[in-house]
Amino acid sequence: MPTLVFLEHHGGELQKGSLGVLAKAASLGDAAAVIAGPGASALAGEAGRYGAAKVWACEDEQVAQAVPQPRVDVLAQVVADGGYDTVLFANSVLAADVAAGLAARLDAGLNWDLTGIEFQDGELVGKRPALQDSVYADVGWTGTPRLALFRAGSFDATPTGGGDPETTGISPAYRPYSTAVKLVGQDAEAASGPSIEDADVIVAGGRGLGAPESFTLAEELAKALGGAVGATRAVVDAGWYPYSAQIGQTGKTVSPKLYVALGVSGAIQHKVGMQSSGTIVAINKDPNAPIFEFSDLGVVGDVHEIAPKLTELVRQRKR
Amino acid sequence: MSRASNFPPPFSSADYVTEPTDPADERIEVGVLVVGAGPAGLACAIRLGQLIEQNPEVAERLGDVPVALIEKGKQPGSHLLSGAVVNPRALRRLLGERFRMEDLPSFGPVPGESVYVLTRRAALPIPPPPPMRNHGNWIFSLSQLGRFLGERAEEGGAVILPETSAQKLLVSHGRVVGVRTGDKGRGREGGELGNFEAGSDLVAKVTVLAEGTQGHLTGVAIDRFGLRGEDPQVWELGVKEVWKVAKPLDRIIHTMGWPLRAGGKYREFGGSFIYPMGKDMVTIGLVVGLDYRDASLSVHDLLQELKTHPKIRKILAGGERVQWGAKTIPSGGFHALPSRLHAPGLLLCGDGAGMVNIPRLKGVHYAIESGRLAAEAAFRALQRGATPATALSSYDDAVRGSFIWDDLYEVRNMRQVFGRGFFVGGALASAMTMSKGRVEVGKLPAEPDADQPLLVTDRDKSYPAPDGALVFDKLSSVFASGNKTRDDQPNHIRLERRVPSDVAQLWAHMCPAQVYEVGADEGDGTVRVEVAPSNCVQCGAITAKGGRLTPPEGGSGPEYSLT
Amino acid sequence: MKIAVCVKHVPEGPAHLDPSTKRLDRSGEGALNHFDANAVEEALRLKGESDIEVVAVSLGPQKALDSLRKALAMGADRALLVSDDAAAGSDLVATSRLLAAALEREGADLVLFGQQASDADGAVLWAAVAERLGRPVVSQAMELAVDGGSVRVKRQTEFGYDTLEAPLPAVVAVSDAINEPRYPSLKGIMGAKKKPQDVLSLAGLGVDAGDVGEAGSRTTVLALGEPPARGDARKIEDDGNAAQAIVDFLAEKRLV
Repeated sequence: MPTLVFLEHHGGELQKGSLGVLAKAASLGDAAAVIAGPGASALAGEAGRYGAAKVWACEDEQVAQAVPQPRVDVLAQVVADGGYDTVLFANSVLAADVAAGLAARLDAGLNWDLTGIEFQDGELVGKRPALQDSVYADVGWTGTPRLALFRAGSFDATPTGGGDPETTGISPAYRPYSTAVKLVGQDAEAASGPSIEDADVIVAGGRGLGAPESFTLAEELAKALGGAVGATRAVVDAGWYPYSAQIGQTGKTVSPKLYVALGVSGAIQHKVGMQSSGTIVAINKDPNAPIFEFSDLGVVGDVHEIAPKLTELVRQRKR
Repeated sequence: MSRASNFPPPFSSADYVTEPTDPADERIEVGVLVVGAGPAGLACAIRLGQLIEQNPEVAERLGDVPVALIEKGKQPGSHLLSGAVVNPRALRRLLGERFRMEDLPSFGPVPGESVYVLTRRAALPIPPPPPMRNHGNWIFSLSQLGRFLGERAEEGGAVILPETSAQKLLVSHGRVVGVRTGDKGRGREGGELGNFEAGSDLVAKVTVLAEGTQGHLTGVAIDRFGLRGEDPQVWELGVKEVWKVAKPLDRIIHTMGWPLRAGGKYREFGGSFIYPMGKDMVTIGLVVGLDYRDASLSVHDLLQELKTHPKIRKILAGGERVQWGAKTIPSGGFHALPSRLHAPGLLLCGDGAGMVNIPRLKGVHYAIESGRLAAEAAFRALQRGATPATALSSYDDAVRGSFIWDDLYEVRNMRQVFGRGFFVGGALASAMTMSKGRVEVGKLPAEPDADQPLLVTDRDKSYPAPDGALVFDKLSSVFASGNKTRDDQPNHIRLERRVPSDVAQLWAHMCPAQVYEVGADEGDGTVRVEVAPSNCVQCGAITAKGGRLTPPEGGSGPEYSLT
Repeated sequence: MKIAVCVKHVPEGPAHLDPSTKRLDRSGEGALNHFDANAVEEALRLKGESDIEVVAVSLGPQKALDSLRKALAMGADRALLVSDDAAAGSDLVATSRLLAAALEREGADLVLFGQQASDADGAVLWAAVAERLGRPVVSQAMELAVDGGSVRVKRQTEFGYDTLEAPLPAVVAVSDAINEPRYPSLKGIMGAKKKPQDVLSLAGLGVDAGDVGEAGSRTTVLALGEPPARGDARKIEDDGNAAQAIVDFLAEKRLV
């Protein structure tokens, strides 16, 4: 299974998510990587450490900006030149558009939102959570190349100890429409902390916090963890926290890597908005709270006691 | 010992009566406006379609939209919930040659029936008392029947406007001229959001209110036109679940007794029903009269308890709950019917008017029949040269001449008899039906549900703990109703927010959707009532027990599909 | 100018997968994918009082007309449904082929999509359709302006905000932050029934049945299973050291 992994880089660094996918691909067989954009060749060594035996690097002016379509041209060329039968992507705004464009270009099957991939009886099978993660489907491909887009954080980006890869420059023919989109302005993200949709860590407060003032416990912990604050409907209804932070059926659906629930009972209306979070830690004084049924770590105790200590310990670790 | 009626809601029905306010050229004019896509309203729209088809010259005078039907749910059926074992006579009459019963989305005729008196562990079979015999009746999901009838109504030319609430009654020169629909896109405090869409005046030659139980404008119209019946209306609360089951149920089952208490002081009148829905589903529900007195009573949790009975657990074994819902049932019967079923420009139908036969647990066929008769009266009023007042009053005559009237008259005193205690009442009720109502017990005084003096027991301590498989908590149930109402809309429930603790507990326990919670002690002998309006499944229990439900933004509430 | 808005009819209420076909059960009631309402709204906002024509386009069962009517009730001018039993079960490759054929027929200057499908969580269709149409594509648009022959889009990515320009004809997928969709007015709902609603089969579009549906798809669902149990779920009682226990747990998971 010669596999190609699309590596995304930003600010001179390869993205962790795509390196995780590369490491996974290397664990399954021969893996190559494609890097498109300024400084691509310089990153080949790094790709090698995560398992790429070969790196295709494109530094054409057409791929200078983070737009998908010229990258479809690059990938189509690499797939043809390298004879890859599998192309893997770590989900991102850019990668999703590249993967879908490539699927249409090559008439290739694309399975998306995968959280895992493995061989079953010699066939490649993807794991695809569906219906708010209540069902896990095994998905496959009926032809090659097979394209797969993985959910963020599906694989750890662990170096595989590989050496310097063979690096090949690539400069495909670009289709006119592929290069029609022009970047005319750019703003770095405002520095006010991540929004709950984008945050890797969410600290959510529920009615168990007891009073609106206690939301500072959630805010402090979120700050220490570099995350955002979420809220249950009950506390939003009670006016303790704004609606924009509401997580659940009638609020936002989130899937951070870490979800810390402070005084959240875990009613189904809340659960459906956060159950696909990576790791769930819950603190609640009611040992029968439903949240414990879907927490990775449940702590029965007083959130007012535990949260401040936890915040302090997290801060100490970060120092 | 408080009474909920001593703490009336901040609500005046006069606030919901208005002259048309939109400029004349912005009003939406229709011929007949039907409010509510339930069996009554849909039957009315279907019958009107038939009459118009036969009399195209009338249609011409009715403009672009001869028949419009507004529905507050997402679509016809979204807010429909019933048993439902339906007497097919009204459906047959309505659909005539066009459909056989077999063509309707039913679960077939009742295959057999059992009645049990339950104790905590045992189930004693008894012969079905005459009112509960269901041979020849058909099992339906009313929600699915609503969808089917909605399609038929549209085929017949009716314009159905879903997600539209009827907020105010338009009255001009003493005559109902339509309704004003509810605004959409208001924030929690009532302010206009970016996508605010104001309601509209829907102006009609005849308005038919077929709002079902606790109809908002029906109540407003009864006040405005002095249509109150001899007795106050009273209600029961039904909570039901639909289950996918491992093995089919071969008959319909009714139960009495446990988990309700027999003691007269509790006034716990009610029973359960368990009906098969084809081979792989059953529905189970519990109905309790809202004249009960114990503030700790929760019909939702009693239903959960009922499911733990060995007999019932066996039926549900290996199954999975797929839907949940709740609704009130008007149970005042004959004496609580409005004094008239019409007012200038207006007709009242179905459950909204209280056309329910409680001993027989039937109302759907009365709703359909009354809707059909309302259509005929409305159509008469639209004939050239008709005197609208006479034409509309002919609806009252038609209802009085129909089986609706005969049936309700026959069981007229039964509801009050039950108040004496279920078993005594049960025996008397059987005697009354067998003798066609000739047993004279005398008309008993009736009082509104909210007038019952409250007592507080520790009944709530013995409700089973939720396990997420057989026994559920209220919020899980709300989820299973499909309710995903926008949270940041104004509170649609009018309620006194500072009340004695027993009244607050009454509401908190009563509401099957966890809308009310007992809040902070105010220190003056009252507590605060916290309200989570977006949980509301619009069952109407709060109106019976001392509050007032008004329609929320159109499209809110449950999204029933199997109930 | 013509704007085509692609909308999807998604199951309403608790969704489930049909164990025999392993597809989403679409037999129940459905509604307009709410993310697509943002795209309809944006088209209507661009239209304003102008003579821009807004066409709502959908692929799906006959019942998808309900969702198209919602778009019409909001203010779209016309609806096109491509409906054919042979197209059921189409994956991205097949769906994009069919949708591109329908859009080709419409020849719209601007094609809009919503940010994802609420049923399948897909957020990929626009890029595949743009590729098949040979048009530039921009996704995640949070601001959109049409200026003469080009479209200007502000978008949010993981790294901040980009402003992009593309010549028309183009394909744009809007984010749900771009606007708050309007409620259809009663007049809109009533008027919707009278607006043109075309339904085309595969034959009507000139697409071969072998190129869509399962035959035209390149992916397949092999099996359905339960979600994995949360690994080694632990529950502890606070004995005064719970905070430390949590930190240790997070450290072990490399989350701090």
